[in-house]
Amino acid sequence: MPITKDQRDEWRTEDNLHAGGPKMSEGAEPLPMRGKLVLRGAVRLVVPFVFLFGLYVQFHGDYGPGGGFQAGVIFATGFILFGLIFGSQLSESVFPERWAERLLALGVLLYAAVGVFSLVAPGAQTFNFLDYNALGKNGQHYGIVLVELGVGLAVAAAMVRLYYAFADLSELSAPVEAAIDDATPLANAASRNKDSRSAE
Amino acid sequence: MTPLLLLLFVALAVTAVQIVRLDDLFSAAMLTGVFSLLSAGLFVLMDAVDVAFTEAAVGAGMTTILMLGALSVTSTRERQGKLQWRPFVVVLGVGAALVYATFDMPGFGDPAAPIHHHVGPEYLAGAEEHHIPNAVTMVLASYRGYDTLGETVVVFAAVVGVLLLLGERSLLMRLRRRATATAETNASRARDIA
Repeated sequence: MPITKDQRDEWRTEDNLHAGGPKMSEGAEPLPMRGKLVLRGAVRLVVPFVFLFGLYVQFHGDYGPGGGFQAGVIFATGFILFGLIFGSQLSESVFPERWAERLLALGVLLYAAVGVFSLVAPGAQTFNFLDYNALGKNGQHYGIVLVELGVGLAVAAAMVRLYYAFADLSELSAPVEAAIDDATPLANAASRNKDSRSAE
Repeated sequence: MTPLLLLLFVALAVTAVQIVRLDDLFSAAMLTGVFSLLSAGLFVLMDAVDVAFTEAAVGAGMTTILMLGALSVTSTRERQGKLQWRPFVVVLGVGAALVYATFDMPGFGDPAAPIHHHVGPEYLAGAEEHHIPNAVTMVLASYRGYDTLGETVVVFAAVVGVLLLLGERSLLMRLRRRATATAETNASRARDIA
């Protein structure tokens, strides 16, 4: 049965079109791809498997093709795909920009920390930087998994952060200062209300 | 050379020429993704699955998206100009030199090639000793741990550099977003109070 125009419009305005995200507030910019049902459905279906595949590549890197670098990129593409279809703001509410910046540094630090640990570990025989044998009997395995995790974190965070930077640039069409000015009186009014309330 | 390999090579060359010829930058950006995917196929045929994986994920996935992101802030049409002869000749010369250099390389998969006789056997023995089936990961993370740490630092530094270049506008955007968010919560709070 073909869908009537009214039905389609009803569908489009329904909030479940972007289920799983915060409700659109009034006056907010419309999300991209709002009417593209197939794209939205397909992305919602695919993204969990992208993440699953990313985890598989990450932790299976010493048994099959892959490793931290590839896993990081795959993980990041999951977020980016989501952001392209549902708006980068929605993907930022899941994986905030600030986290990306921290995880980027954390990944590098984790890698370097494994190296420093093998330098000072009590069980070490050689005291060499990044000598995983210092991590115990299966040290090579532990070392590789930890180091790859560091690479994966850093790469995923790097790619997501870069995507946000470009998404920010392309969203800059709305005047920035005006929005800040618009927001300030409201904030002042609300804080005044709060003060008067606490005074009661 | 198998027919499939030849087909991929021809497709790769056609894609490259098409990228240069196209004025529509959007199509050109998508074609660079196709180019990467074709190279990934070539790497798979040459048994370099790890490289193919990276090429498919980074070249066909990430780079294309970043290209599109960059296109969204600039024009999607290439400006028409005269053919620049001097750079063209330089590029042709460098390309010819590179092709000439490959004549000196050992044949593909040649067991007598130097790369199979220096540290290669030692790496493979080490991977076997530590029960790590993927020798590539073993070499990258363990034997070449310093290099990989350096690569990770390069990724970090690259992102820091890009953010320093784009940072000011990005910061403004973030401020705007935070302002809108506080405005919304304040508005809802004001409604609650009222």
